[in-house]
Amino acid sequence: MILRKNPIEESVLFTSLENIADALRNNSIVNSIRENPVTEYVVNWGRAGAIWPMTFGLACCAIEMIAAGCSRFDTDRFGIVFRPSPRQSDVMVVAGTMTKKIAPAVKRLYDQMPEPRWVIAQGGCASAGGPYNTYSVVQGTDLVVPVDVYIPGCPPRPEALMFGFLQLMEKIRSENPAMLTQRKITYK
Amino acid sequence: MTPVDKAHILVNKIQDNFRHDVISTVVFRGEVTHIIEKNALKAVCNFLKDDNDLRMNCLVDVAGVDYSPSSPRFEVVYHLYSISKKHRLRLKVKVGEGEGVPSVTGIWSGADWPEREAYDMFGIVFEGHPNLKRIYMPEEWEGHPLRKDYPLRGYKDRYNPYGVEKE
Amino acid sequence: MTENNDLITTKEFTLHMGPQHPSTHGVLHLVLEMQGETILKAEPDIGYLHRGTEKIAENLLYHQFVPYTDRLDYMSAMSNNLAYVMAVEKLMGLEIPERAKYIRVIAAELSRIAGHLLCIGAWALDLGAMTILLYAMREREVVLDIFEQLCGARMTLSYLRVGGVRYEFTRECKESVERLLELFPARFDEYDAILTGNRVWLDRNKGVGVLSGQEAIDLGLSGPALRASGVKWDIRKDEPYLIYDRFDFDVPIGANGDCYDRYIVRFAEIRQAMRIITQALKDMPDGPFAVDMPQIVPPPKPDVYKNMEALIHHFKYVSHGFKCPKGEVYSSIESPKGELGVYIVSDGGEKPWRLKIRAPSFMNLQTINAMSKGRYLADVIAIVSSLDPVFGECDK
Ligand code: SF4
Repeated sequence: MILRKNPIEESVLFTSLENIADALRNNSIVNSIRENPVTEYVVNWGRAGAIWPMTFGLACCAIEMIAAGCSRFDTDRFGIVFRPSPRQSDVMVVAGTMTKKIAPAVKRLYDQMPEPRWVIAQGGCASAGGPYNTYSVVQGTDLVVPVDVYIPGCPPRPEALMFGFLQLMEKIRSENPAMLTQRKITYK
Repeated sequence: MTPVDKAHILVNKIQDNFRHDVISTVVFRGEVTHIIEKNALKAVCNFLKDDNDLRMNCLVDVAGVDYSPSSPRFEVVYHLYSISKKHRLRLKVKVGEGEGVPSVTGIWSGADWPEREAYDMFGIVFEGHPNLKRIYMPEEWEGHPLRKDYPLRGYKDRYNPYGVEKE
Repeated sequence: MTENNDLITTKEFTLHMGPQHPSTHGVLHLVLEMQGETILKAEPDIGYLHRGTEKIAENLLYHQFVPYTDRLDYMSAMSNNLAYVMAVEKLMGLEIPERAKYIRVIAAELSRIAGHLLCIGAWALDLGAMTILLYAMREREVVLDIFEQLCGARMTLSYLRVGGVRYEFTRECKESVERLLELFPARFDEYDAILTGNRVWLDRNKGVGVLSGQEAIDLGLSGPALRASGVKWDIRKDEPYLIYDRFDFDVPIGANGDCYDRYIVRFAEIRQAMRIITQALKDMPDGPFAVDMPQIVPPPKPDVYKNMEALIHHFKYVSHGFKCPKGEVYSSIESPKGELGVYIVSDGGEKPWRLKIRAPSFMNLQTINAMSKGRYLADVIAIVSSLDPVFGECDK
């Protein structure tokens, strides 16, 4: 009896992640699905509906961020669930004054987050240094990481933070979900 | 004891025991301040802590002050409190630039961090401190920010485009 | 492999906790030297939120610095305001009207409630009881609503000013506070039922982070954490400022000096704060809420828009400020975290020559090493929470 090998085991398709990605990238069916407006809409809808920010409090604004996440304002109803780890989160809310000493840590946390990722600068300090134009304060988050939404206020009320999240959802909905391939970002 | 009596004890007790070391004594808004010689600091502190009428068992704070153009440039200010006797006292020593002050960490271990802070902010060296390094600023920071000649906005770098240009 | 556990040796290693860690209350960086699960040495590394507040103070007029004090201990901003304005008033030798004193007491005690609530909530969250955080925030919102009614802001209030307070304590505010006083006791009983006798809560807090009274005094500990170690020192009682000597309240103290006692003391303090507010509301006299000194107190805002003199007055106030006599003062209050002191050196000008803030969180954090030596890693979470550090204040 001739032992037949399992054709699936043999196929190159599932041998490594790169192969899978290559197969998908050059696949005409996948391409047509990806460019289909319905898929785009569904993917964006999913992303915008489940924004998971990282609990990363720096200063006073963090207290308002906690307030936004707690009983009265309750961001959970927008699908905004705070996660303690950068690996699990999509959005970094820079809530508070960023000093020169913590800036490298913020950059590192941003680098640890998986794509796609967004940044919200909450409050005057995170947006532009706010009331602290001094020797030890970074004059705006955008000097360290790219920012998507700026929320003014000192501190912004929880409503303002929620409005910021809604603005971010708006932005996500108008994005192309296959942005990573467009930007030629690969994992190699 | 009335406040007047209290101030009386706080003033006289030290002046009598350390006649040569007390440079001057000021009473302003009911607060007693002794400016003392640097070398006598430890002796005075030990006395304050152990004396039965004073019992200054709590070191509230250590602060540096920069009186820039005048000399000696710095002053180190100690705020003391007695939990049992409920009175406060302020001690001051004058320090020139680059000089050291004896550390009081051996008397009150709580002096550790405030002394480090004064070192970080003014560059005042505390002799005998077990772990004298910067506390607020990063280790590699240059300069002492609370000195009067340090600009408020610091020096220009990639995080602060509004800082003063470094020559 | 032998069965004998003694032969298994572990190497010492260093563990970095923070600066981004969900339960370090902000940006504390703890460098822990560990032997297995046991802590040999805990060294806090702070300064990640050092914003240069003291340097700012040297460059601002006396009244312009009030908003910056809000951002020190942002969990209870009124207490910071109080410490600063009291120092300036002491420097000027200013006596404020009776009514302002009562309003200040109510404001400071309300903010003590808000601060302690958040402390307990965050503490419970760190030890795995998320419900308490949601409850505590629910109650905190009630307090913040009153603040909003008072001055329009929720957190950064700047309500207390040199010479009194900024706005009138209206009848509506009074009613809201009365409603709060009715509402809260039942809610606190709820917490008691859930948390105080809870097995998990007891196991994780009892006997953890013990510090004797003598050691605590030596290390500069103050506030509820010190009282939990059995030292009865409350500045409100021992050196009464404002009008605290007129009220009847107790200073709760603990016996063992462990985390659980710190929790009990904080909780009892909230109840005492309610008592003080009740008495202050009852006795509050009528009258002006700020001194009648135009160079110190700005005109009411509506007048500035309508009235030329008021506009000029406002302009003078904002641009020139006021002068303080030459000298130096230290004034301290009992803030929710401990002794909050402000030391001002004045050279006789409009700006302080040097302003030093004695931050309770800063001094309290020193004790972490003494508390956590020989304990397990998981205990550090409870210890940090029980000290309740706020980094805006600790790092300044
Ligand atoms: S914007 Fe204001 S409230 Fe927010 S962190 Fe900065 S100072 Fe604090």
